[in-house]
Amino acid sequence: MSTTPALLSDLAVAIAGGSIEIVDLTNVLSSDFPVIVLPSEFGQCEPFRIETVSRYDGNGPAWYWNNISMNEHTGTHFDAPAHWITGKDVPNGTVDAVAPRDFFHPAVVVDISAQAAEDEDFVVTRAFLEEWENANGPIPPRHWVLLRSDWSKKVGTVSYLNLREDGAHSPGPDAGAMRFLVHERDCVGLGVETVGTDAGQASHFDEPLPAHSILHGNGRFGLQCLTNLDQLPTFGAMIVAMPLKIKGGSGSPLRVAAMVPKA
Amino acid sequence: MSGAREKRDPLARKRLRHVPPGARSRAMHALSARAAQGRLVMQACSDCDKVTYPPRDACPACWGELGWREQPAGAQVLCETTVRVSTDPYFRDHMPWRMGKVQMDAGPVALVHLHAALHPGDRAHVRAMVDRGGNAALFAIPEGAIDLMSDPQWREFVVPVAGRIALVSDARNAIGRAVVRELQTAGAELVVAGLPGPALASDAYDAVYALDRVQTIALDVTDPVSVAEAASRIGGPLDIVVNTARHVRTGGMSAGNALVEQRRALEVSAMGLSRLAATFAPILAGRPNGAFVDVLSSAALAGDAGNAGFAAAEAARLSLLQAFRHEMRGTGVRVLSVFTGPVDDSDHQHAPPPKVPPVRIAGAIAEALANGREETCVGDVAADAMMRWLADPSLYVREKNL
Repeated sequence: MSTTPALLSDLAVAIAGGSIEIVDLTNVLSSDFPVIVLPSEFGQCEPFRIETVSRYDGNGPAWYWNNISMNEHTGTHFDAPAHWITGKDVPNGTVDAVAPRDFFHPAVVVDISAQAAEDEDFVVTRAFLEEWENANGPIPPRHWVLLRSDWSKKVGTVSYLNLREDGAHSPGPDAGAMRFLVHERDCVGLGVETVGTDAGQASHFDEPLPAHSILHGNGRFGLQCLTNLDQLPTFGAMIVAMPLKIKGGSGSPLRVAAMVPKA
Repeated sequence: MSGAREKRDPLARKRLRHVPPGARSRAMHALSARAAQGRLVMQACSDCDKVTYPPRDACPACWGELGWREQPAGAQVLCETTVRVSTDPYFRDHMPWRMGKVQMDAGPVALVHLHAALHPGDRAHVRAMVDRGGNAALFAIPEGAIDLMSDPQWREFVVPVAGRIALVSDARNAIGRAVVRELQTAGAELVVAGLPGPALASDAYDAVYALDRVQTIALDVTDPVSVAEAASRIGGPLDIVVNTARHVRTGGMSAGNALVEQRRALEVSAMGLSRLAATFAPILAGRPNGAFVDVLSSAALAGDAGNAGFAAAEAARLSLLQAFRHEMRGTGVRVLSVFTGPVDDSDHQHAPPPKVPPVRIAGAIAEALANGREETCVGDVAADAMMRWLADPSLYVREKNL
């Protein structure tokens, strides 16, 4: 216990002094930021909307404020276990019940940017992850696994959602990779730059939408629409991700930041 | 946004647009309401059957009761005059102005606006037009095929498309695509095709968006930021806005997850119209023939148990459109409504024929603009709905929900 004050004051000094850099992993929440598009027979995700109530004008001479609206899964957002049917009975599975200690977890960054550039439907498999571990070392337990695809660099272009007549095209994991990460590496959750933790074509996988299904069924979380993952080290970053305390909510837009020790 | 720009002296004071004088009798407003539907009606006496014009409160021959009746449009020009001086600000801007008297085949002699090609003794066709202040005015045109648009006086009563800049609010749906094509074919200098998100990779190769004198722009009427950004990108003059945005979903009030879709329908149909109107009205008001055309469903006329949210949203849209029309009276901007029944598009796969092909709606919009007509019904379903609703609104609600 006695070390804690020193630890926190050291951290404060490190952040203030810049030896620990804070990297913002959040995209700007704007009305034109793309949201996931489901087949038209399903209900759709509402994008972010902002309407000015007053801006130092007749409706409020000294103050500026806006009404905003959105889906829980709009912009850079957090998926709670209750988001998926597999996680509906997970204890404390809604955003308001996420344990505060889960706001802070270390991260391991798996770089798939070269593969995603080559193949927009790149599928992360168990074999790929094992090979990655051989090259980089084991994925430690209780970490966020962040897939760096560089997909965030496509924000503002049609290639981000990458919708075509046969659906969306973006990289993501298969069921084998998810079981490996959840059951053998005990990940906290999966964080991605794409609009969903699952690949664009994941509804056509043998086990459809494996990231959502396996993560949430096992009480793990999702982070989507992240950016700046290319500024993180493979190991050693600490993620701060605190979803809004929406009563019974399935997810939440949020600000995600990483603490990164400077070399 | 590149394209057309009005060339004028940048130092010259902006020209103020006037509208014709507006005060009319109640009987004259009844004529205007029918002229707005493109109908030529005059009062006929229920006692002596004599047709009378201009509108009155009682039969001038026998004091009998007057009722509105459709009348034949044929007439003969009796005399003409050219007005060269006026104290009215609107007409001062439009001198000289030709007027004449015609002997209507229906009986009365009427004072009319006279097309440039007409002279005393000529046979003529009389149209009940709506002037830029929103009131009915009779306009005599030559019989047979003639280029009406060549007469500047006629152009005051209609909305020319050739050489103008138009915005289609939702050019992604079937109606919007047809409207873009129609306006482009009609010679618009530029058609701005609004595309609600998400953008598709295929947009770049789309045959309609790739047409000459067509430019796409991101535009989502549910998003005030998007509407404002579209306006700033269009930047310069804009003459015509055609609002084709709609959100068609079936469903009643009691079952299913209808609220999300109802809210969405209201966001698109009603709030979307408000956002477009608020943003583009000032731009249209500065133009010599500004017009706002709204495509709405005849479902707006009565509640519909099977399409409750859609009908409610379209009803709200109709109400806002009526408000907007009267708000714009003083600016001379025409607000035109084009009603349609079920459209032959992917939104109406559930609906049995008859359905209106989108290209026909586009044609009706062009025709409404060419005639300055405020209210148009496209197809039998909309025309029948309007007729029944005008005759007996409470009976129509029942009939519609049989």
